[in-house]
Amino acid sequence: MSPTRRTLIRTALTAGAAVPLLSACVTGGSDDDDPAAGNTGAKSADNPLGVKADAPLEVVIFKGGYGDEYAKHAETLYTQKYAGAKIDHKGLQKVGVALQPRFVANTPPDVVDNTGADRLDIAVLVGAKQVSDLTTLLDAPAFDDPSKKLRDTLLPGVVDDGTFDKVPRTLNFTYTVWGLWYSKKLFAAKGWAYPKTWDDMLALCATIKAAGIAPWTYQGKYPEYINDPLLSMAAKTGGLELVKAVDNLEPNAWKAPGLVSAAEAFAELAAKGYIMGGSEALSHTEAQAAWCQGKAAFIPCGSWLESEQKGVTPDGFDMVMGPVPSRTASDRLKQTAVQAASSESFLVPAKAKNPAGGMEYLRILFSKQSAKAFAESAGTLPAVAGATDGLTLSSGLSSVRDAVQAAGPETFTYRFRTWYAPLAKAVDDATGELVNKRITAAQWSERIQKAADGIAKDSSVQKYTR
Amino acid sequence: MRHGRWRFLAGALIPALVLHVVFVLSPYAQAFYLSLTDWTGVAGEAHFVGADNYRRLAGDSLFVDAVRNNALLLVVVPLVTIAIGLFLASMLHLGGRGGRRAVAGSGAYQIIYFFPQLLSLVVVAVLWSFVYNPNTGLLNGALRALGLGGMAASWLASPSLALPAVMAVLVWSSVGFYVVLFSAAIDGIPVELFEAAVLDGAGGWATFRNVTLPLVRDTVQVAFVYLGIAALDAFAVVQVMTVGPGGPDGATEVIGLSLYRNAFQYGKFGYASAMGVALFFATLTLAVFALRGGRRSTVEAS
Repeated sequence: MSPTRRTLIRTALTAGAAVPLLSACVTGGSDDDDPAAGNTGAKSADNPLGVKADAPLEVVIFKGGYGDEYAKHAETLYTQKYAGAKIDHKGLQKVGVALQPRFVANTPPDVVDNTGADRLDIAVLVGAKQVSDLTTLLDAPAFDDPSKKLRDTLLPGVVDDGTFDKVPRTLNFTYTVWGLWYSKKLFAAKGWAYPKTWDDMLALCATIKAAGIAPWTYQGKYPEYINDPLLSMAAKTGGLELVKAVDNLEPNAWKAPGLVSAAEAFAELAAKGYIMGGSEALSHTEAQAAWCQGKAAFIPCGSWLESEQKGVTPDGFDMVMGPVPSRTASDRLKQTAVQAASSESFLVPAKAKNPAGGMEYLRILFSKQSAKAFAESAGTLPAVAGATDGLTLSSGLSSVRDAVQAAGPETFTYRFRTWYAPLAKAVDDATGELVNKRITAAQWSERIQKAADGIAKDSSVQKYTR
Repeated sequence: MRHGRWRFLAGALIPALVLHVVFVLSPYAQAFYLSLTDWTGVAGEAHFVGADNYRRLAGDSLFVDAVRNNALLLVVVPLVTIAIGLFLASMLHLGGRGGRRAVAGSGAYQIIYFFPQLLSLVVVAVLWSFVYNPNTGLLNGALRALGLGGMAASWLASPSLALPAVMAVLVWSSVGFYVVLFSAAIDGIPVELFEAAVLDGAGGWATFRNVTLPLVRDTVQVAFVYLGIAALDAFAVVQVMTVGPGGPDGATEVIGLSLYRNAFQYGKFGYASAMGVALFFATLTLAVFALRGGRRSTVEAS
């Protein structure tokens, strides 16, 4: 029989029948062997985690704004202690793309800095049982102060930030504080004082506007930036109960008076024309550049702002961060309370070949000396307490440190952004509409509540409580 | 001999077939299978959930926004691009004196029109996001310079203007390619036909309507399919340029973006695969309809 078009098609179809066999490969990996077998050593006072001295260690670091020199510094300390260990260091920008197939194939690295826009969703990773329990690490003695447990050397909230269902899964290396930024020089020149209450803020905004400067701008392309002061204000009014109710997806949590009145405050800010025209379409770089050029007085941002603006800030601008003003006189938290959270989250994969080495690496990275080296080079507050002691800090970073000290135990953070990413998106969209006067505060709380209820009802979403 | 023929055919076909199966058909098959599971993208296992993911699609308001926006893109982008492309191509060929000669410098125009095609879509989107900047952008700047400051707008941040702004970028970036494509098609029309039309007293529009258009019909049809597929995608431009992205408040959400967010940000690969499968069938239907619809009448220039 000579090949005709028809027989060729049939041959092709037979080849196509092999497809189901191939389709097994995406989700094929499921071995129950312990990949770490044979990679542990004897535990001792000097080696509390039982590291096998010559076991190789693979470290994956997000190489973003802070670079990865600080991680290499900690690797040097590691090899000083375990001379036989070979460290495979990878500094990546797209952590998620590189690691997703390796998690699926059960061959992940030993330590991962799961950070950056392309990180893997940590809640999903935890839900898939891909992340080690870090309790032994937290209870191990600190690397350069064996009298203390590692967990007691960290700033408030750091352990909680990495805890899922009461089990610590990630350890975050940097400490971020959110607030309102302004130029100390501009405020001194004009004789303006940073407002402590929202009424003072509105009064000051009127003065600023009269001086020909826009009182506020924000990174409109990414509405989460203006969310932060709004949610901070609500947390101060309603206290930690309000924050917990929101995170626990309680019914009508988003209709709490604290949240509604904070939304009203920002709606009023927009209605009075105190937000720079066009802000709603500006990217973070554009809005922050406009602010650095003195076109607007306040901008909401996290404590990374100063290093992000390094090349753009004029000399003597002296940017400083202030905590969000209080909405009412009866607020549950003081005005000095700040929204603070740790980020740059490090984890040890559950299927790592050398988990003891991975945790030991983190014990070294979270030592005071590593953290101090990081604070010096990155200009950012590390999550280790006292890491900036004795350092000369820039105006922005010292205002952040002062804010943390003034807040004392009154720091708070919302967890829903990491737990329920779709809810975060719904909140961002709603807040973008609110500050552009397209919805009212009541509609804002209504539609977010609906989104939160939807997630609470969705059985396919893993729930967390705090 | 026969054996030799088989061997030759097999040698020519099998490598291509294997590559096609491994890199095209197998991912498709996997996507179909994953769309019926709750795969998270990071676990080695997935649970079968049946048609659950597909049922969710209808209740996902962002996905519904995305379908609406893609439908609008599908109607507007191919029509406008092809209209402008055909207009420019026929002007280049027949816009000169007498209605059957090229305009002066038509070669240079073709090259200039083709420029946007040389830029990656991401670069185009970044450039246009500068153009659309409400305070320092070229567009509002030009409007203000012309004394039309009242028309200056926050293009990408207004719910009613954002999608048209995205459409304009898609049209701008693709029209040059279709000018060149249609030019080639018009070049293939025997010049006697145009001469005959002019002798018969046909004006520019009549010549276009009765001579050019019927004879480039096949090319236009292919253009519709390509542009339709591009309009069902539009991911890159939306992701780079718009507020949110996909905003304000879903005004520029497209299926590709919803899919991307669900897969890579929410870790819902199963659900995202269901979106992908839905998009696959939409694209397939479009291609079948566009090619069927064009088959009705073909004019032979003989």
